[in-house]
Amino acid sequence: MPIKVLIPTPLRPYAGKQSVIEVSAQTVGEALSDLAAQHPDLRKHLFSEEGKLRSFVNVYLNNENIRYLSENATPVKETDILSIVPSVAGGR
Amino acid sequence: MALRIPRALYDQLRQHGEATYPHECCGVLVGEFDEAGGKVVKAAVQCGNTRTDSPQNRYHIAPSELVRIQREALLAGQDIVGFYHSHPDHPAQWSSTDLDEAHWTGCSYVITSVEKGRAVLTNSFLLLGEEGEKRLEDELYELSAE
Repeated sequence: MPIKVLIPTPLRPYAGKQSVIEVSAQTVGEALSDLAAQHPDLRKHLFSEEGKLRSFVNVYLNNENIRYLSENATPVKETDILSIVPSVAGGR
Repeated sequence: MALRIPRALYDQLRQHGEATYPHECCGVLVGEFDEAGGKVVKAAVQCGNTRTDSPQNRYHIAPSELVRIQREALLAGQDIVGFYHSHPDHPAQWSSTDLDEAHWTGCSYVITSVEKGRAVLTNSFLLLGEEGEKRLEDELYELSAE
């Protein structure tokens, strides 16, 4: 089914400059795979060489971090919104 | 000019650093990218610093806050264009930690030095390059009336 993925500012150059991309998926993993298939340049910015989500990349299904759900196996429904947000941190 | 900030928002983010002193403050700059590659700030959204283990020299914004701010910005036809934080009793210069933890290429990282509770200098830095070869460069900013 189609669901929307919100693309953060720094990843837009690798996603056709789009802020919202529609993907077809039954699970979070399928949604991310479809996203990377549509925009292959995104792949290395989302995943490590081992194919795992990079440590500083957070993926939220609506308001929940997928790391606290069933990660890639988390089922999605048509009204869901998947958000990608790189982490923001630092200090002196 | 690379970054344009309304004076009221500039004052607001500096005051945030004074209010949280001696801890670091942090927040998100929401606005628009212009055709010339510059950025216009429309809102400075205050966030909580989740680094309660070391708030005097570290900051971290909860991803859940970023998700909400990004979603609301997109609905309003705007974008996340940068972030701000303070350096209590430390120069307004990016640190190696700031660079290591910066992942929003093309966005501004605004840093305010707060000395003995008073905001002193505010500088902006632009994150460029990709992971592994990223860098923060000095970024000019302009204060606007609105």
